Amino acid sequence: EEPHGAAPVDFLQELPSCQTARRRRGGSQERRPALLGTAGSRGAAARALPQERGELADRPAREHPDCMAERRNIRDSQQAKTEHLSRWKKWRRASSKSLKKALNEVKGLSSYLVLWRHDIHSIEGKFGTGIQSYFSFLRFLVLLNFIIFILMFSFVTLPSIISKYGIFNSTIAYSSPKNIEDICTIYEPSGNKGLVYFYTYLKDLLSGTGFLEVTSLFYGYYSIDAEWISIMRYNLPLAYLLTTFAYLALSFLWIIKRSVEGFKQNLVHDADPFQSYCNKVFAGWDFCITDPHAARLKHRSLQYELQMDLQEEKLKQKIAERRTEEVLRIYSLRIFINIIVIAILSGCFYSIYRVTVFSQENSSDTDNANSQVNLLVQYLPSMVITLANFIGPLIFSFLIRFEDYTPAFEIKLTLLRCVFVRLANIGVLLFSLWSQISDCDSDKCKPCGYNYKLYPCWESDVGQEMYKLMIFDFIVILAVALFMDFPRKLLVAHCPCKLIQWFGHKEFEISDNVLEIIYGQTICWIGTFFSPLLPAIATIKYFIIFYVKKIVLIHTCKPAARPVRASSSNFFFLAVLLIGLLLACVPLGVSIARIPSSKACGPFRNFNTSWEVVPDTILQFPTGLQQVLFGMASEAFAVPLFVILCIIMFYVMALARAHKRVVEQLREQLVLESRDKMFLIRKIAEAQRH
Amino acid sequence: EGGSGAMGGSASLIPRDLLGEYQELTFLSKQEILLAYKRFSELLPKEERENACSARVPKRQFLTLPELRANPFQHRICHVFSTSENNDDSMSFEDFLDMLSVFSDSATSDIKSHYAFRIFDFDDDGTLDRKDLEQLVNCLTGQGEESRLSSAEMEQLIQNILEESDIDKDGTINLSEFQHVVSRSPDFASSFKIVL
Repeated sequence: EEPHGAAPVDFLQELPSCQTARRRRGGSQERRPALLGTAGSRGAAARALPQERGELADRPAREHPDCMAERRNIRDSQQAKTEHLSRWKKWRRASSKSLKKALNEVKGLSSYLVLWRHDIHSIEGKFGTGIQSYFSFLRFLVLLNFIIFILMFSFVTLPSIISKYGIFNSTIAYSSPKNIEDICTIYEPSGNKGLVYFYTYLKDLLSGTGFLEVTSLFYGYYSIDAEWISIMRYNLPLAYLLTTFAYLALSFLWIIKRSVEGFKQNLVHDADPFQSYCNKVFAGWDFCITDPHAARLKHRSLQYELQMDLQEEKLKQKIAERRTEEVLRIYSLRIFINIIVIAILSGCFYSIYRVTVFSQENSSDTDNANSQVNLLVQYLPSMVITLANFIGPLIFSFLIRFEDYTPAFEIKLTLLRCVFVRLANIGVLLFSLWSQISDCDSDKCKPCGYNYKLYPCWESDVGQEMYKLMIFDFIVILAVALFMDFPRKLLVAHCPCKLIQWFGHKEFEISDNVLEIIYGQTICWIGTFFSPLLPAIATIKYFIIFYVKKIVLIHTCKPAARPVRASSSNFFFLAVLLIGLLLACVPLGVSIARIPSSKACGPFRNFNTSWEVVPDTILQFPTGLQQVLFGMASEAFAVPLFVILCIIMFYVMALARAHKRVVEQLREQLVLESRDKMFLIRKIAEAQRH
Repeated sequence: EGGSGAMGGSASLIPRDLLGEYQELTFLSKQEILLAYKRFSELLPKEERENACSARVPKRQFLTLPELRANPFQHRICHVFSTSENNDDSMSFEDFLDMLSVFSDSATSDIKSHYAFRIFDFDDDGTLDRKDLEQLVNCLTGQGEESRLSSAEMEQLIQNILEESDIDKDGTINLSEFQHVVSRSPDFASSFKIVL
């Protein structure tokens, strides 16, 4: 290629593309005259730069990349142009302008309502946008849980409370179970009758039994069939089910909306947008860092990151040149290590299963004498899960060193494995609970479809397990902050022992913290169906965790050596949260549709399964609508829909491929044009010389 | 225009029509403009605070702002936004508003990438050539001998950057190429931001 410097410089400065760039930046020789002319005048005529005005003329003045004085001129000339428009257009312009102004005012006021704005802003200034994204994520979860709580409360809990206490002339109809054996309907929650110790209250608070079991916190409270709130009939079972679907759908849509906001990329090019060098260099510096110490750390982490990436590129080249024997050796090693990982995971799952079964079998007696042991036995599943969540990642990060991946891939794979461990543990717990509930050998569940002796009201039991998991999670987070982070800081600051100094200060590991709160959120999503007030507890829990984490960050942590980018973090958080949500839908789906609802408590006593309330309601619609709805659920509708969706998908894929080809062709053409330009300039220069 | 039309002796108000004009001409909200005015007048000596709208702050004073003092691009920012006639990079209030408007949350990505290009163009020639990119990377990794990349690493890095962004393969990045590559950069909007 012809070198850039070979062409005479003056020619290049006169090219139209260069001129546009210089005018748009209002280069120094053009800005000064503007200033002299507009010190006081507002109505000065537009300056003569017709080319640029043509491109940007229709944009509002503030989108022009000029200095303030220039923009005043542009605005005045735009207004001058509108003077001769018709009255209708003038009115339209004026009204849209005032509408925009009103919207801006509202936006300005609502920015005061944003929770923790100042706290997050100060964290951003001291620690950068990577860690700030964690706290924004936490704030998002607080809001999400609060909205879910409002939803459940207003549609499920509030009507029940209103009708149970007869406010607003409301009456209640308790369902008298029809066609069910009486033995299935016996349910006596212990509700603390008589004289009890204070300790029992504490134990009940921690395990959700006793007095808590009969409150509106759990499913068993809502044993209502229908309510009349001053002559209007309110179908509580239907409302309960639909609200469950509504909060799942709301969470799904909100998460998708947030991930789309941060990821407006057109993926025409193959390269990974997060790993590109341009992204790291041009968008590398956080302009919001205000602390010089944090700036020094940022410099160092940027240097480290760039060097690591360059080394990794060299490593990739080496990997591509590997010989066959080495490749075979490495792959067999990886398979071996994956088998070890699977073995460890199975060990975890099996132990959770055994412990859950043991805990369920041994905690059904209410013997107060063994209260401490009883509490311990009840919390055993939570403890084992927390232990597994803690040990698993340590083992994974140890094992992955032997698998010889590139550093970036190592991080991703370890993260994936940790996510899997955390979410699968909840699934195993629920699975073992269900195996107990539907334990149908030796006719234990003949009359009712589930193990009615041990679990007369099994939904409340599942709700209690979720409640215990959430409380224990919260206690562990507080305990770790109090008993591990602060002592560590004190030790490192005051004890000169070499071993302790080698440990060093704690780094704020964003991925671990995020997985922690996503685990809590998955529990909340699953548990809300069985315990409608659980989102309130989750809101309070995350609210307190925000302050705890903030204090831990500011007082004990040093920023991580490896830089974390806000955009890839955000995308990662939301992707894992989405996985958690989809995983939460599976147990809920099974509970609602497969397992028979308990006949002794709850709004679905008269139905075989919880889902049945929907077909039941549809059968009460007019026949025309019924036929439409049943038609939509039949194969005659689903198969053509599937075929049409496939056709649309293939069309869109073909379109994307065609666009990609066009882009490649245009790129090649640009390169050729540039070469032509250099060639012509050289020829002209040569011709000039002669 | 000109003096503060305030009652009650508080000299820290902008006249309302000027405030409205600033709101129209920049991406800032009313509260942000008022906060900017307050911070700007704090940079001025007491006797000049009455006329803050038309005063100029010398560069050295301006760089004591916490938002800029830790920024490796502080000199370039002052140079790009300053409309001073004697090239001393001093900043007036309107220059300050310009700067905050470009760095605000609501600025369009076009404007941000345009000004980012100007800030990164260290020799002011309208393109980012190898020397500009080298200076840019050195700004990122910090001042000081041990924090710079080795020349082999720098060469490799600049090669990679040009490969990704130089579409017409002329060895430099012009404005359109820069805007194109930055529009596909997911971090740019969140990192190119200054909020008072």
